[in-house]
Amino acid sequence: MRVSLILLLVPAAAFAHVGSGETGGFLTGLRHPISGPDHVLAMVAVGLWGAQLGSPAIWLLPFAFPMVMAVGGMLGLMGVPLPGIEYGIATSAILLGAAVTFEARPPLGVAAALVGFFAIFHGHAHGTELPAGQDALLYSMGFVIATGCLHAAGIAIGVLHQWPWGRPLLRIAGAGIVLGGVFFMWRAVA
Amino acid sequence: MRASIALRSSRMLPLATIVLIPTPAAAHLNSTGLGPVYDGVAHFLTSPEDLPAVLALALWAGARGASYGRRALFVLPSAWLLGSLLGMTAVPTAGGAVLSAIWLMALGALLATDLALSLRGATALAALLGLQRGYLNGSGIEQSASGIAALFGLGGVVFVVVAIAASSVVRLRAAWARVAVRVIGSWIAASGLLVLGWSLRTHA
Repeated sequence: MRVSLILLLVPAAAFAHVGSGETGGFLTGLRHPISGPDHVLAMVAVGLWGAQLGSPAIWLLPFAFPMVMAVGGMLGLMGVPLPGIEYGIATSAILLGAAVTFEARPPLGVAAALVGFFAIFHGHAHGTELPAGQDALLYSMGFVIATGCLHAAGIAIGVLHQWPWGRPLLRIAGAGIVLGGVFFMWRAVA
Repeated sequence: MRASIALRSSRMLPLATIVLIPTPAAAHLNSTGLGPVYDGVAHFLTSPEDLPAVLALALWAGARGASYGRRALFVLPSAWLLGSLLGMTAVPTAGGAVLSAIWLMALGALLATDLALSLRGATALAALLGLQRGYLNGSGIEQSASGIAALFGLGGVVFVVVAIAASSVVRLRAAWARVAVRVIGSWIAASGLLVLGWSLRTHA
């Protein structure tokens, strides 16, 4: 009883402040891309597909995605409208997942164009959702770093491709991404 | 000859106008409690506009080779110090987000594409970056002995950051490591693009 009373009276440090300013901006930006499973699926799929295609696609695709996504984000921030964003995002998961499932090997330019095209939808969605009152640069850096880390996660998983037993696993993961994309498409249509 | 100089001047005029355009200053030193030199060091290390730009230039210079790295190592901090001393005597100004975004996009793209510039071009770029960012840093610092000490702290930390970044990539030979460095450039350029969009939204 005495111990309980003492424990009750022990003052705890208050952490009631909402993360704001520079730290809040970076952390909010870091959290934003991983807060939407539809974005996560597509970005990991880019890494997986890059790993299946090998060099130079393994570097070019994750290179192209953040750059074009930033262009989409810029359009979103400037208020330039883009129709069918949710459909575009769901379609990206379906097509990129299918590319992983069937180990599609189009020419490098076609693969980069496909990834870049869908990156605009992802970037635009993020751009229109960016919260006001954050440090723009730190938010943007956190946002881009998180996106890059999702690609890196996809590439790291895609290392399985070098072993014969890993290839079917990657294709199953691709099929899972397709199913996720179908779910998000169904939700967008409904 | 005169016509050529006039043509070059007319091309440089818009750039010079953008660089020197005065906007309200928001720069000030936060006290670390360790003295003005460390206040200057802390100011640079906690400035999201300056650190990524310096990192991009230093990584690019290191990736281009030891001669480029050495040139950036001595030109950038010297220009930074000179610019900040000039800025200290001027009307307080701030660069604005658009100019910071343009620097990040340009230097990020330079690193991402591993663009081959001449050594003279690299020197000019380092000098321009140092003078412009240093000028903005200096314009927010009061004219006093401690202010000058803070500027030396700033110049010193720029030297250290360039030395560490450039020397860490100058000997990189593995293809994946060099690509990883270029990926950092694409991230910096992408951040610059987003900041540009953010600035345009704010001004709209």
